[in-house]
Amino acid sequence: MTTTVETTPTPRVTDQKVLVQVDDLKIHFPIRSGIFKTVKGTVKAVDGVSFDVRRGETLGLVGESGCGKSTIGRAMIRLREPTAGTVAFDGVDLGSLSSDALRKMRRRMQIIFQDPYGSLDPRMTVGSTVSEPIETHGLAAGQAKRDRVAELLTLVGLDPAYVNRYPHEFSGGQRQRIGVARALAVEPEFIVCDEPISALDVSIQAQVLNLLTDLRSRLGLTYLFVAHDLSVVKHISDRVAVMYLGKVVEIGPPDQLYAAPGHPYTRALLSAVPVPDPTAERKRKRVILQGDVPSPVNPPPGCRFHTRCWLYERLGQPEECRTVDPPLVAISGEHQAACHFAEESVKSDVGVAHMEERSIRHGTPTKALESLAGDAARGNGNQGDPLQTPGGAMEALAASLGAHLPSPGAPVADLGAPGSSAGVPGPDPEAPNVDPQPPAPGTRPS
Amino acid sequence: MQQEPVSTEDVPTVIDLSPDEARREHQEQMARQEAERKDGALLQVRGLSTHFNTPDGVVQAVDDVSFEVGFGETLGLVGESGCGKSVTALSIARLVPDPPGRIVAGEIMFDGIDVLKLDSDEMRKLRGKEIGFIFQDPLTSLNPTLTIGYQIAESIREHMGLSQKAASDRVVDLLGKVGIPRARDRLDDYPFQFSGGMRQRVMIAIALSCDPKLILADEPTTALDVTIQAQILELIQTLSEEFHTAVLLITHDLGIAAGMCDRVNVMYAGEIVETGTVDELFANPQMPYAWGLLDSLPRIDDVRGERLRTIEGLPPLLINPADACRFSPRCAYARDICREQGAQLTSRGSEAHLARCWATEPEGWIS
Amino acid sequence: MATISRPVAGEIVQPRRSAGLWSDAFGRLRKNKLALVGLFLVITLLLTGLFGPIIAPWPYDYQDLEAVFAGTGGPLPPLTAGHILGTDQLGRDLLSRLLDGARISVSVALVVQLVIITIGVPIGAIAGWFGARLDNILMRFTDVIYAFPDLLFIILLSVAFRDTAVGQAMDGLLLVFVAIGLTSWVTVARLVRGQMLALKETEFVEAARAIGVRDRRIVMRHLLPNGMGPIIVAITLGIPSAILAEATLAYIGIGVQPPRASWGSLVAEGQKYVRSEPHLVVFPAIAIALALIGFTFLGDGLRDALDPKLKGKQ
Repeated sequence: MTTTVETTPTPRVTDQKVLVQVDDLKIHFPIRSGIFKTVKGTVKAVDGVSFDVRRGETLGLVGESGCGKSTIGRAMIRLREPTAGTVAFDGVDLGSLSSDALRKMRRRMQIIFQDPYGSLDPRMTVGSTVSEPIETHGLAAGQAKRDRVAELLTLVGLDPAYVNRYPHEFSGGQRQRIGVARALAVEPEFIVCDEPISALDVSIQAQVLNLLTDLRSRLGLTYLFVAHDLSVVKHISDRVAVMYLGKVVEIGPPDQLYAAPGHPYTRALLSAVPVPDPTAERKRKRVILQGDVPSPVNPPPGCRFHTRCWLYERLGQPEECRTVDPPLVAISGEHQAACHFAEESVKSDVGVAHMEERSIRHGTPTKALESLAGDAARGNGNQGDPLQTPGGAMEALAASLGAHLPSPGAPVADLGAPGSSAGVPGPDPEAPNVDPQPPAPGTRPS
Repeated sequence: MQQEPVSTEDVPTVIDLSPDEARREHQEQMARQEAERKDGALLQVRGLSTHFNTPDGVVQAVDDVSFEVGFGETLGLVGESGCGKSVTALSIARLVPDPPGRIVAGEIMFDGIDVLKLDSDEMRKLRGKEIGFIFQDPLTSLNPTLTIGYQIAESIREHMGLSQKAASDRVVDLLGKVGIPRARDRLDDYPFQFSGGMRQRVMIAIALSCDPKLILADEPTTALDVTIQAQILELIQTLSEEFHTAVLLITHDLGIAAGMCDRVNVMYAGEIVETGTVDELFANPQMPYAWGLLDSLPRIDDVRGERLRTIEGLPPLLINPADACRFSPRCAYARDICREQGAQLTSRGSEAHLARCWATEPEGWIS
Repeated sequence: MATISRPVAGEIVQPRRSAGLWSDAFGRLRKNKLALVGLFLVITLLLTGLFGPIIAPWPYDYQDLEAVFAGTGGPLPPLTAGHILGTDQLGRDLLSRLLDGARISVSVALVVQLVIITIGVPIGAIAGWFGARLDNILMRFTDVIYAFPDLLFIILLSVAFRDTAVGQAMDGLLLVFVAIGLTSWVTVARLVRGQMLALKETEFVEAARAIGVRDRRIVMRHLLPNGMGPIIVAITLGIPSAILAEATLAYIGIGVQPPRASWGSLVAEGQKYVRSEPHLVVFPAIAIALALIGFTFLGDGLRDALDPKLKGKQ
């Protein structure tokens, strides 16, 4: 880690609630070529971005590949040096810290990666992977360290008996859990989740997503959730920021942002997300953006989106879109968008899925949940199957009916208890074949 | 991202269809397809089983799979990785790598031709001419050392016997159809000069180059961004209608299947576990695996904050599967019969809607 | 197509016993017949190097002049009583001299690779990890070494340091070995640098940085163990060229001094009689060839066994 000693600018007076403050962040990568490695251009991966992450909230960061969202995530925990601008963590400018001070600060901020195959050292056992942060910060040693590793593995839903196994012996979802355990080992306050589920299969995605939600409420974590999937971001985030070509174009609470997007790009993104409902798919008003995202080496002048903007075309190509880069301005309350014609966008009904017309999910039918609840009440359920236990079935039923019953266990016991609704990981939910006690007979031919 | 300047010719379009129009159009479409279906199927797969030899044993990647694709119909094959959906498509094209893979049983009738009885020469004529392909990764499917124009023309010259000039005209025509601006200027470009979305357009042009009757599209948009995905899906949809081409769309994304397909097969552990028209299947799924898949998707049109219901566990190893419902180890509704005997695909209300589940059978415990 | 291999090995936790990656690699090595042949040859060479003089029928410099004069007065042919492989023109037993020469080949293998490891690995690791200007300086330095004529460099070194302690050690052989090592670490340095550059960008290294692990520990604990496979392969495959370099030098008279002989100098001496007594060239040449084949087969086997791309196919 190189130390950059900069003259610390006087920090802005900050809200106590703000945990991470990103101020006019710019990250440019020089393009070098030729024998003398002369700089031929600059990729403006992040080009002037400011936002806050508040303590305890989850901020979703969405955008297409190359928009700079992952780069911001890494810069926020100082894995990338910004070209300009500051990231302040709990009021401390990370750029002003010495490398030792930064190392200490790393206890408070962590990252979970996208690729469950690349983010674990293939030559290290699960035990050494999870204990590395503990050793690095001298948090525990000997038996205390081993106990802590076991506790962490249990926390993420893995069997602690796996400590001596290697990553290649695990499935993608399990590896992702190991990555989460490693991040949690230092008891961080802030975690950057960099596309943590996009490399996983659909059913495994939901398991990991539920795990992250549980850990957040249980450990009081603050997340920056970077993703390209708008549905996932909506599900987990308290606020959402949409990025396009290195800039935040819209930010706000998901209820407002998804229902009435103030930026035409957000609308286009929303309209492009497929909905697993053929009726809704046929009803939606679509806007299909033409062309590709322009190169971040030479972003278009004015509003960066105007080259693909449907609203710009509709409004007869107004000049200011081509000349003036619109700043983020408030639409209503906390909802901000960077568009000269945000009101026009809000008024439009392009792209938004018709939420109000759908009330039931086309997933598990109510009768199935009732059957489960009935089974459980009669006591002939298959004990050990999460959904079969009274709490699980009742809660699932309640959830489907739009109400919430209190979980039968205490909140803390919630996590490992088999009764707490379908998604909660019991010890190692994914690998019945290596589990010493398979949950169901005839689990799988070996 | 390729450093490709955005063409000013690309005028954004907004497709506003009022619900009524959309419905009417949909009904017409359904009626058309109904008429076509009576004329017999373009592709009939009967009892297809494809196995792979591995050091750990024989993996039954596809096990007794049967389905039909009608002329001009779009059939979805939906499932998670390893469920056998890609192997099914490869088997139809006889592209299963052998060894280790082998089609051990079944019959594949394509437009009256028994595909499995063709010799490799006849098979080559069928591929590319009658069956077009669109794969997930357009970069690896295109030869980086040949120009785009050459690669499209190759298959046209091979299968249609056109002259150089005629073939080149057809290439320009195709590239225009798939939405590549200034097509004639780009014939001599190489794949690396195209962005991901543009490369996928080129793949579609190649797939359509000989007016195939069927396109096998294996996760055609998985590697693409969501706005580009929307472009490509729309393109596949309009072109398959224009050329009256049937599409076998393989995807893990239920949303894509809902928007694109006429009928959908859900696959799990090498078997089809549910099949039906999109409307039946999404409105009234009849198999706990399908419920679980739909439940575990966070949805953009959802009320926020609800906990996702998930499917616990992992798909089974497909080595010597027992005679049992393959989903039963992960199924919350499973009873003894599920673990003792595999269920059959049986009808659920309509002729087209079938499911493989004891619980949702008419006499089952969830019906 | 990933989807095909997935049901085989992807999402499924392997039911076999937990085994480390290294033991997995050894398992793969054991299945490779050529590698086993290589391993056998290498072990034979090592044992010969260790115990050669003990099992040799004669001391390497003993001149059985009686037998020579009882015959034609020239070198004795193979299968002569007491001399299975015959003798040279001075009546020295060829088998004994070959067994003694094995020592030199083994020491060449060890000393040269030791020099390569101690110089090449750190330089490559530093250049790769720190990058930027340091990388540029170190890599241009290696380019200079690479471009310098090896033979000239070795001759210069052995002349310049002949009278020092190093020059005297092991009858002057150590100096030659070190000199060979000093000219051949470049390849390993470049390889290590490449490994470092690739591994530095991996997410698990990024994760270690995010945790706050110190640079040195990241290099030692994450980068080197993961880059080890190709390095081991390169070093194993580098041994034949070191043995060959020694043989070449011995052939032109640098290095081992008579009456001792390495396999290279045996070929050089035997060459004078190649028409009448071909065995004097053939047997040392076979010995050299077997050693080279042994290390090459083993190195290839190691490469296949350690290649991470093959993981999961087993």
